[in-house]
Amino acid sequence: MSTAWKDLASLAPEGIVALGALVVLFLDLGERKERRRLVAGTAAAVVVAALAAVALAITRGVGAEPQRLFSGILVRDLYALLFDGVFLLSALLAILLSVRHGEREEIPAGELYALLLFSLLGMMLLAASAELITLFISYEVLSVAVYVLAGLARKRAESAEAALKYFLLGAFSSGFLVYGIALVYGATSTTFLAAIASRVSGYGLLGNALLLGGLALILIGIGFKAAVAPFHAWVPDVYQGAPLPVTAFMSAAVKAAAFAAAMRVLFAGFSDLASIWQPVLWVLAAVTMLVGNAAAIPQTNLKRMLAYSSIAHAGYVLAGVAAYAAGSEAVGSVLYYSLVYAAMVIGAFAILVMVGRDTEERQELEDYRGLAQRHPWSAAAMTLFLISLAGLPPTAGFIGKLFILLALIRARLDGLAVLLVLASVISLYYYLRVVRYMYMEAPAASGAEGKQEALSRSLSLRVAVLMAVALVVLLGLFPTAALTLAQTAGITLTEGGIPILRGG
Amino acid sequence: MPLLTMLLVVPVLGAVLLGVLVPRQNGLALKAGGAGVALVNLILAVVLWARFDPAQPGLQFEENVPWIRALSFQVNYHLGVDGISLLLVALTAFLMVLAFLGSWNVTERVKEYVITLLVLESAMLGVFLAADLLLFYIFWEVTMIPMFLLIGIWGGARRIYASIKFVLFTAAGSLVMLVAMVSLAWTYSATTGQTTFDLEPVLRMRLPVATQVWLFAAFALAFAIKVPLFPLHTWLPDAHVEAPTAGSVILAGVLLKMGTYGFLRFCLTLFPEASYRFAPILVALALVGIVYGALVALAQQDIKKLVAYSSISHLGFVMLGLFALNAPGLQGSLLQMINHGISTGALFLLVGMIYERRHTRLISDYGGLWKQMPLFSALFLVVALSSIALPFTNGFVGEFLILLGAFNARVVWAAIAVSGMILSAAYMLWMYQRVFFGPLENPENRNLADLNRRELAILVPIVVLIFSIGVAPRFFLRPAEPALQMVLMRLPQPGAPMLSDARVAPALEDGREALR
Repeated sequence: MSTAWKDLASLAPEGIVALGALVVLFLDLGERKERRRLVAGTAAAVVVAALAAVALAITRGVGAEPQRLFSGILVRDLYALLFDGVFLLSALLAILLSVRHGEREEIPAGELYALLLFSLLGMMLLAASAELITLFISYEVLSVAVYVLAGLARKRAESAEAALKYFLLGAFSSGFLVYGIALVYGATSTTFLAAIASRVSGYGLLGNALLLGGLALILIGIGFKAAVAPFHAWVPDVYQGAPLPVTAFMSAAVKAAAFAAAMRVLFAGFSDLASIWQPVLWVLAAVTMLVGNAAAIPQTNLKRMLAYSSIAHAGYVLAGVAAYAAGSEAVGSVLYYSLVYAAMVIGAFAILVMVGRDTEERQELEDYRGLAQRHPWSAAAMTLFLISLAGLPPTAGFIGKLFILLALIRARLDGLAVLLVLASVISLYYYLRVVRYMYMEAPAASGAEGKQEALSRSLSLRVAVLMAVALVVLLGLFPTAALTLAQTAGITLTEGGIPILRGG
Repeated sequence: MPLLTMLLVVPVLGAVLLGVLVPRQNGLALKAGGAGVALVNLILAVVLWARFDPAQPGLQFEENVPWIRALSFQVNYHLGVDGISLLLVALTAFLMVLAFLGSWNVTERVKEYVITLLVLESAMLGVFLAADLLLFYIFWEVTMIPMFLLIGIWGGARRIYASIKFVLFTAAGSLVMLVAMVSLAWTYSATTGQTTFDLEPVLRMRLPVATQVWLFAAFALAFAIKVPLFPLHTWLPDAHVEAPTAGSVILAGVLLKMGTYGFLRFCLTLFPEASYRFAPILVALALVGIVYGALVALAQQDIKKLVAYSSISHLGFVMLGLFALNAPGLQGSLLQMINHGISTGALFLLVGMIYERRHTRLISDYGGLWKQMPLFSALFLVVALSSIALPFTNGFVGEFLILLGAFNARVVWAAIAVSGMILSAAYMLWMYQRVFFGPLENPENRNLADLNRRELAILVPIVVLIFSIGVAPRFFLRPAEPALQMVLMRLPQPGAPMLSDARVAPALEDGREALR
């Protein structure tokens, strides 16, 4: 077998997703209405198969030693594999959320699931990119698919508005990214991260304006996707306008993908410039978590509130990246938090879908009035997700924040650690407000609102909620295995994870 | 199953079983079940007390298994009791039974109510049993949500405001403490290469004073909010007044003690030099709290509010004793934690009983109850007297020791604190006079029934305890002496001898060994 074939074989998870996306597209031809379930089932099966492939690769120790693929444009390491796991899990949950929702909202099934899989492919390649052009292409594969996903609820004007806004601003951010790559190439005459790393100090480029400008533009491009302030302005409208399952997918997976790329670029390519970018990230993280949390306080629409809170969580994760000096612990905390965040935020969105009875309606706080008395289990699950989002023990969200705090303290960023916990206190206020509506307010009078009784009880949705609950509880009570894995991935990334390439 | 884990598991298990097995409509069975579970835990606590070796200074019944074992840090499921936690565990188990019995008239969403109380019990016991910083923190935080629900769902008119205020205050303090804990673990790893939150190894390390100072400040903030120390007390009256009876009992009886326990267990031992430096500030705040709480209590129209403000005053005493940093002070404080739990818990129960009958807590609505409800009035009097520290009641021993400690430290402190004692007699007796004496003028009070058997069953054990502690304090203090001695030994200034120093001396040698 030639090297290219071997390389292709080690890209099995990506391959499954790519082929699966095509199969889904073909299945959708012809009798579209009847095949909705079949298409959804196939998409879910594809994701599960890819997850299995990722799990198999991890258990067989693939990626413990980073593996260069296709002359080094991609790298197969534990870091990328674990991020793949996060993306796939988010996709699986998002598919479960959209089975009935897609029908009620008349979202075309073939497009929805195929695009979901294509964006998934983009994310997985993004996390594995060790070269800037590849990174840019993966970024675009991801982005274009998600632009369309945001606008798929075609009977709603907000959805189209969301797609357009996302596309216009996203196009700008792509421009920033590609321009930044060009500048970096201009300074180092390479696009390989490893080569950049060796040339930054080797060529004496530490204070090079071209290089710094390039890095700044790259960070802006990625920061836009990660919803980092001040590049977050699009988030509330887009998250609110996009169909619920897509919003859930965006806040869990797209952001994680952006952080995966950012961390690889910074840690593997620009670690010699850490003294310059690290303080910048410090400030961005602080601003992001404060802005997100402060803006979430007055929101009465839950979807919009979760959008702002998702900005805040981007800030927490970014704090983990800023703890660069903690090395593998920083990487591990970002990975772990991404996983945990995916579980809890998609869980919360699943409850939104339930309460909305598989439509885009009933997302106001008022709609949650007295929920606990009518649907104690759904209310309890929502409470669990909210408590976890707020970072209270004994949930996964707490362990995630703890891990970030440990990284921050080890990197001697005590100030940022204190800011992070204060931001969490702010977030408690609006998360618990939902709990208050569910438990402490009397249910709205029956009669006209009598129909409020019902929730969506579709099986797929219940499975999604149960999965999310299980993840939040298990990752909170028995985090050892996942923490260890995440930190091991951090070691592969930070300690010579990417083989140094000499020459261009 | 080991005894301490059983103490933690029984309530949660009981909550699950009651939740699954008993139908929602059967409120009485749910309440009885809850009380039964709490009783089982009380029996376990008594067994624990009986098997506890009072001569040993260190932790007993230890359980230590690694819980989180990541590459970079370790958290242990490390439980243990020493004399200090033993008393608080017993108090918690005791008060929980009373809290259930005092909730008989809760009819709304009983299932959730019982589950919430049981989860809260597990978490509170966990706080006193944890011997790992992070485990302690987790239990500490977990108490917050059930209390939030308890106030917010079953509370009074302003329950939502009160519950949110409670959470925000508590969380603000405790999250800063979390940063300090992580920092402490990091400091430990800087010297040993291993990041652990286990209290035992961390205690072996002597921190530089500069580090101690800011870590102490972070821990103290969390604890001071919980105590609550003036001027961080503003959440307390709201929470107390709005909480249902059981909530108030638990809040006053146990949750506030978590704060003072934290000071005693963590601040004094981990940061002894810093404790010494901060002592004057904390004592000053405690003294302000003593006088201020008493003065505000004097002005209250509402009996429950009066009791709430009296809590601030009493907890000021506890803080004063702790930061007198000598043997009588510590002993008095510990005993006063228990006393306050019993007396104030009882006062809230009594207020709850009269409120259930008349649905008002305004002092002016009452008067002359003595004629109508002699039994109730008599028991109220006993509890009120114990609250103002009459000799032969529990309160006297505690406050006397605290004053002794304060006097030994600085005469002025004792002098100011005494004024608080006088004021406490004033507000309590004045309230008692207005409620129980005089003519029975309000016609609505004519038909009030005296205590029923259930209420007697709640109050009699309390009265028995009030006098037992008052007459034989040594029995309750002795198990804690070696543990308190250990705390004192870590302080920069050696304290005065304990009540029965000769008995403890051999154990102390062991303690010194353990410290090396």
